Amino acid sequence: MSRFNLKWLLILPPYIWLLLFFAVPFLIIFKISLSEAAIAQPPYTALFEYVNEQLTIHLNLGNYTWLFGDPLYFNAYMSSLKIAAISTVCCLLLGYPIAYGISRMSGSAQSLCLMLIILPSWTSFLIRVYAWMGILRNNGIINNIIMSLGLADEPIRLLNTEFAVYIGIVYTYIPFLILPLFANLVKLDNRYLEAAADLGAGPIKSFFTITLPLSKNGVIAGSLLVFIPVVGEFVIPELLGGSETLMIGKVLWGEFFGNRDWPVASTVAIIMLLILLVPILLFHRFQFKEMEDR
Amino acid sequence: MKLSPRALTAITVAGLLASANVFAEKVVNVYNWSDYIGDGVIEKFEKETGIKVTYDVFDSNEVLEGKLLAGRSGYDVVVPTIDFMSRQIQAGIFMPLDKAKLDNYSELDTDFLATLAPLDPGNNHGIPYMWGTTGIGFNVKKVAEVLGEDAPTDSWDLVFKKENLEKLKSCGVSFLDAPTEIYAAALHYVGKSPNSTNAKDYQGEAKALLKELAPSITYFHSSKYIDDLAGGEICVAVGWSGDIAQAMADAEEAKNGVEIKYIIPKEGALLWSDMLGIPKDAANVEEALAFINFLMRPDIAAANTNEIWYPNPIPASLENIEQEIKSDESIYPPADVKAKLYTATVKPPKIDRVINRAWTEIKTGQ
Repeated sequence: MSRFNLKWLLILPPYIWLLLFFAVPFLIIFKISLSEAAIAQPPYTALFEYVNEQLTIHLNLGNYTWLFGDPLYFNAYMSSLKIAAISTVCCLLLGYPIAYGISRMSGSAQSLCLMLIILPSWTSFLIRVYAWMGILRNNGIINNIIMSLGLADEPIRLLNTEFAVYIGIVYTYIPFLILPLFANLVKLDNRYLEAAADLGAGPIKSFFTITLPLSKNGVIAGSLLVFIPVVGEFVIPELLGGSETLMIGKVLWGEFFGNRDWPVASTVAIIMLLILLVPILLFHRFQFKEMEDR
Repeated sequence: MKLSPRALTAITVAGLLASANVFAEKVVNVYNWSDYIGDGVIEKFEKETGIKVTYDVFDSNEVLEGKLLAGRSGYDVVVPTIDFMSRQIQAGIFMPLDKAKLDNYSELDTDFLATLAPLDPGNNHGIPYMWGTTGIGFNVKKVAEVLGEDAPTDSWDLVFKKENLEKLKSCGVSFLDAPTEIYAAALHYVGKSPNSTNAKDYQGEAKALLKELAPSITYFHSSKYIDDLAGGEICVAVGWSGDIAQAMADAEEAKNGVEIKYIIPKEGALLWSDMLGIPKDAANVEEALAFINFLMRPDIAAANTNEIWYPNPIPASLENIEQEIKSDESIYPPADVKAKLYTATVKPPKIDRVINRAWTEIKTGQ
């Protein structure tokens, strides 16, 4: 009996957490997405009305059909997914060698390098993005170096371009890929590699036949940890991007603040969550596998 | 780091509970635009009245509106622009002001109040704090370099003529990310009413014009351009008078050789006013009224204008305003220029949506 209680005590907190911080907000947003915009406080119509002992429920599906009627939203989702995918690949190409390198280091060098990766996140994210604005601007560090070396007469426009958005995203999110990948690679049993070498495999061959397949779960978990939040990213495209960078986060901001249309903004958010559901489920699957391996 | 209003309230409450004189401490929570008050004005108010001011800032009407619409913002005094306030009054956000408690109400320019009355019937909900225009700021040297000495620097032609903007693109152009304001200027430029409520006007000539210009516009943003104009990152900005005046002052201070000028184009421009108002759910109404009244005192209004370079609607403050500011026609426009200014009205929600959708299309090409 006491054992049963204990089990429930242990299981309960995560479920309460999930209920409070996922299910309840989700239902609130879902509710708003079924209402209509109005000049009022809050700026949308009520879903339930109780007058003269009659309960009337108003469900407005117009916001959902609205999203399908205008190609803007589809294009914004696609463009966000594209930017997230390209950023994830860049993070992976850059992050894998770093994670691998760190996992092969000796104890003290390893902790130092891990520290160097985590340390920047101790300062505010916003300040780091502003720092990039300083680096990328026309009279910033990069352009000053280029001009003083005589490589160009005019400053090259870096800030307010899609290129700057990629730099900002890769810079910000790469620790989320390196850390899980490192945790995976550090478990790699060196004896596999020794055995491969004994049997005549070169370092490249043993990397592709042993290291990479064994780190598959780490690669997928890390990539999704980058991909999922980047899809909804708002701050980086807003500060580093130009007007042509179309992302769903910016569209959502426009609906919420520009149009004061909270119902459509909520609908955009719900659809985004549905789109992200597949990668989120994948992430949990691979994270679960990763835990089992341990 | 900025604390959220709720966190601030929590801290204030905790502070109050900790002190023995719980009922003695009076507070007022103010939410104002960034860089929008004179040095030492708050300290002076606290000293004279014993009311403690919690001061927080925002940089766009949209952000303020988001908080007000959600309700229980925790603020006692907020400062929306008149056209935004007009809609917020319709939504029932503001309480009517008890003018009997505003001793300095008689200091306000009555002509100016009459201009605002259509948007705030009877001037019952808002007190004008500062006003300004939406015009063009530019880097004198760069523009002359790119367009030659006879550049149309007194007209909307500078930014609304495609061939001019295409050339200016090389040194950087910014437009406010404020669809109603830019659309008003564009509509006015193509000979339509800047406050048109005809959806077709927003989809016709004015939109075609803005779409044609968009590729030459570096970015649309409502605050970034101050630093960028002063630092030489951009050379032309369609922006707010005081912000560009600030860029001017920043460039002067930096001694980086950048000279900025602001113009109210000869065709006319948008006049707006930022309004002091008290939300209905404010907790400290008496203190809020005291704060608003304090800001209307001529010497205080002068101190604010001297710092932020925006004109105020208190005529008696003029004698204490620096000569450099009050003689600047781009800040205090002469009567003939003032006659050409127009104000923005509230558009029906359907028109708002048309404007914002067209705006997205203009900005992103989608």
